[in-house]
Amino acid sequence: MTAIRPLHLAAEIGGPPRYDAASHIALARLAERGALDFVSLGDSFARPGPDAVAVLAHVATRTSRIGLVPTVTTTHTEPFHVSSAVATLDWVSRGRAGWHADVSTTEAEARLFGRRRAAPAAALWQEAGEVADVAARLWDSWEDDAEIRDAATGRFIDRDRLHHVDFQGSTFSVKGPAIVPRPPQGRPVTVVDATTGPAREPAARYAEVVYVRASSPGQAAALRDEIRRSAAAHGRDPDGLRVLVALTVDLGDAETTPEPGLVSGPQLAGHGTYFRGGPVDLAELVTQWYRSGAVDGFHLTPLTPGRDLERIVNGTVALLQHRSLFRTFYPGGTLREHLGLARPANRYALQRTATEATTS
Amino acid sequence: MKQMHLAAHFPGVNSTTVWADPRSASQIDFASFEHLARIAERGKFDFFFLAEGLRLREHKGLIHDLDVVGRPESLTVLNALAAVTDRLGLAATVNATFNEPYELARRLATLDHLSAGRAAWNVVTSSDAFTGENFRRGGFLHRADRYTRAAEFVATARELWDSWTPEGVPRPFAHSGRHFGISGEFGVPRSPQGHPVVIQAGDSDEGREFAASAADVIFTRHGTLEAGQAFYADVKARLAKYGREPEDLKVMPGVTVVLGDTDAEAQENAAEIRRLQVSPQNAILALEQVWGRDLSSYDADGPLPTVDPDPDAVLAQGRVRVDDPLAVAARWRALSEAKGLSIRRTVIEATTRQSFVGSPDTVATALETFVATGAADGFILVPHLTPGGLDGFVDRVVPLLQERGTFRSDYTGPTLRSHLGLAEPVWKG
Ligand SMILES: Cc1cc2nc3c(=O)[nH]c(=O)nc-3n(C[C@H](O)[C@H](O)[C@H](O)COP(=O)(O)O)c2cc1C
Repeated sequence: MTAIRPLHLAAEIGGPPRYDAASHIALARLAERGALDFVSLGDSFARPGPDAVAVLAHVATRTSRIGLVPTVTTTHTEPFHVSSAVATLDWVSRGRAGWHADVSTTEAEARLFGRRRAAPAAALWQEAGEVADVAARLWDSWEDDAEIRDAATGRFIDRDRLHHVDFQGSTFSVKGPAIVPRPPQGRPVTVVDATTGPAREPAARYAEVVYVRASSPGQAAALRDEIRRSAAAHGRDPDGLRVLVALTVDLGDAETTPEPGLVSGPQLAGHGTYFRGGPVDLAELVTQWYRSGAVDGFHLTPLTPGRDLERIVNGTVALLQHRSLFRTFYPGGTLREHLGLARPANRYALQRTATEATTS
Repeated sequence: MKQMHLAAHFPGVNSTTVWADPRSASQIDFASFEHLARIAERGKFDFFFLAEGLRLREHKGLIHDLDVVGRPESLTVLNALAAVTDRLGLAATVNATFNEPYELARRLATLDHLSAGRAAWNVVTSSDAFTGENFRRGGFLHRADRYTRAAEFVATARELWDSWTPEGVPRPFAHSGRHFGISGEFGVPRSPQGHPVVIQAGDSDEGREFAASAADVIFTRHGTLEAGQAFYADVKARLAKYGREPEDLKVMPGVTVVLGDTDAEAQENAAEIRRLQVSPQNAILALEQVWGRDLSSYDADGPLPTVDPDPDAVLAQGRVRVDDPLAVAARWRALSEAKGLSIRRTVIEATTRQSFVGSPDTVATALETFVATGAADGFILVPHLTPGGLDGFVDRVVPLLQERGTFRSDYTGPTLRSHLGLAEPVWKG
């Protein structure tokens, strides 16, 4: 199979907690120089670190093209607030926001909130799916042209283009409409890590970017096929989905590593399979997997962000660009454009025009 | 002479924002927030203020469509503004009823870190079931519980903010109270201000008491000299029983300023702004809110209805209810009859709350009088235009105040606490 679809690359800029944004800004700019699709910033209530949406909102004003994907947990938070914050990230970045939806499974996290006990991952992922669902509905709850500023009738908005979502989930309900008008991308991009079993189904149903872990192109291809089939079974176009292999990369000691390649080191690899080798070796791996059609791209977590991201951008990405496998500039301005994802049609606008067509 | 504090209220969602003016830009694009923040910082303002609403207002069961609506989530916008400003304080209104201490304390501490000590939280409590329909918690909180939760919320947040030592060592916390029972380790080290500045904006006895016990700033509606003095004396008198000094709580009314080259020209400008704010449709709506009846068949340029208000009707959801509609209607009728005013002109006259109207010199002197005579420690300016509504104030009034020494000529410290002259909170480890 020959790869004809574009290659997608993203990088995590987390690492040890930092509370001023200087290092995050520097890393995001570095990734932007490499024309990466997006940078992600992991987050969890379980460990020290600043709020990821906040940091990337800050980074948004100091970058201009790169996508921004914070981790947002759906377990102890309010779906209405979550959808507002992510939509706002899209507004402040002018269409560059995504969110990596995650769950909080531990009793320790539950105790930080004291609202409910820890629950099994399956139940939390079902809830996460509902949060993704209601977020998308809230982002649609304002049609794009709801703001009319019609001085003649004195109306600022057309209330027929605003919609109550009336969502009933298993653990929450939301009336709507949103407070934040529909964001520039229509809907910010939803990312789910489908590594664990319970995350697969919400990923196939709601995510547009899915992370998987694989240690061979064959395994990656099988996972990708499975997710695409499952998405299709949910009535989605599988081409509206990007499957990225998550790889933790250590490019630091290439000289001393005799055999570059994938290593199984779960204690080292918090996220994804662990790759050790030089920037050129990584470019080889990316080229091989991509050419075999196994993946849409990679989500790279540098083991040591400053050092490894620099090598990714100046080494790996430069080489991939030289081989014409990866873009050298951003042809578009939004994260959806980088990912080749269409701006979603507004479900309420579709409904409304369908109703108008049948009644007229 | 005593110096005043100044803050900028982003107009956005507000029935006084004149969106039909050609100078009115987007209430949602980041460029608008950036413009107002930069102007406020150029004017050496203490802080930039964002209000919050968590449910779109409704009228007669329909989404209200006459005023500006649609706003970003406050903390996310302020974190972005922190990167394009250096000194300006950044204040977010965030409801204590529909949030949880761990998450919000962490988000506020993050803003304080990212802004290097410029974060503030305006603690509001509105708990109506209408707003609650957007949240897990729902609308369960009764009026009597609103401020007990808010007070415990702020106290808990302070425990979290104090849980790391000033040397940066995290220590476990445990809070057990009526509203919250939480424990663990907080995710963020003590922030540059120790505790972000706390603002309160409620007017009930419970609200004032909460402010006296726990707030650094009160945002009040009492914008006239007499009402301001009474309010000011009341809240300052409440401080002693919490072991606090009068300077520990700054009283800042939300006010409007209309300028002109002369006082007469400013009065004309003010009248024109009121006419734009109260469109014919808005006049009928204001009338319906008092009357509690559908009055859509009335002509805004015609006389007031002869039918009496229905005092029990609830037409409006998500806004403050009119107290004693029968009395308000009687006042409006008397006004209309005495001056021969139409519905629209009556609403314009009866609801005018333009605080400071005049030449730059007149306005500067009036602001100084408020501060000198114990009606305010400063002002939160609410412009009627987005986002350029404070340009004139910063260019023409601020320099006068600076010349006279009643407002700072430059920032003297890096943090919002330093602008407000508030001590850094003592670490209670
Ligand atoms: C000047 C002022 C501004 C306010 N701004 C907001 C706001 O932006 N969002 C909100 O939910 N409530 C706002 N409120 C409402 C109060 O915070 C409070 O919830 C309400 O006044 C009820 O409290 P009370 O009974 O003590 O007055 C404001 C109140 C005042 C006086």
